[in-house]
Amino acid sequence: MAKTDIKYLTTQRVEVRQKKYCRFKKMGIKYIDYKDGEFLKKFINDQGKLLPRRLTGNSLKFQRKVATAVKKCRQMAILPYVTDLLK
Amino acid sequence: MSSYELMVIFTPVLSNEEFNAGTKNLKKFITDHDGEIVGEDTWGLKSLAYPIAKKTTGLYYVMEYQAETSLNAKFTIQMNRDESIMRFMITVLDKHAVAYNDRKRRGIKIEKPVPAEKESNQLTEKEA
Repeated sequence: MAKTDIKYLTTQRVEVRQKKYCRFKKMGIKYIDYKDGEFLKKFINDQGKLLPRRLTGNSLKFQRKVATAVKKCRQMAILPYVTDLLK
Repeated sequence: MSSYELMVIFTPVLSNEEFNAGTKNLKKFITDHDGEIVGEDTWGLKSLAYPIAKKTTGLYYVMEYQAETSLNAKFTIQMNRDESIMRFMITVLDKHAVAYNDRKRRGIKIEKPVPAEKESNQLTEKEA
């Protein structure tokens, strides 16, 4: 039995990480509406803090637009400044 | 004549006709100063994310208008004087924002950026 390679019972699943992309560039969204609280909730964590770019995968231009939109949303009491278990 | 968007939170203790009167004189102020109103939207009573002025609910009102840049200074002074307004915000709209609001008003289906499957933008029956 040639000892070519070691056969595992289950194939070695190397976890391929899905390439992050900027959803605004891909979907062609040009304007982020600050009135839309539900959509902006995707970009804040459950304490209400803004998620960093490396987690949201946004490009720099749209991350800034998301940041200003969330801050306007907080100003108009659609999103809270600080909370726990928001989601 | 750049386009702006005004969002106002009225105190919830306001009765219906007081609310209408409040929004009417906002509109009157703009038309007096030769601005023109593009569209308006009343969300009505909504609960606030955090209490403002000891109140946990507010009457939301959104209005889009076109006016001279000098109008907003006078507008903010007038709104600060008005006690029935708890909070307001005037935002400048660029061309993408105007297109977005226009599309939303006409009820064209706005595809939310869904990362998973490709969104097929079929026409809604209102639009067809």
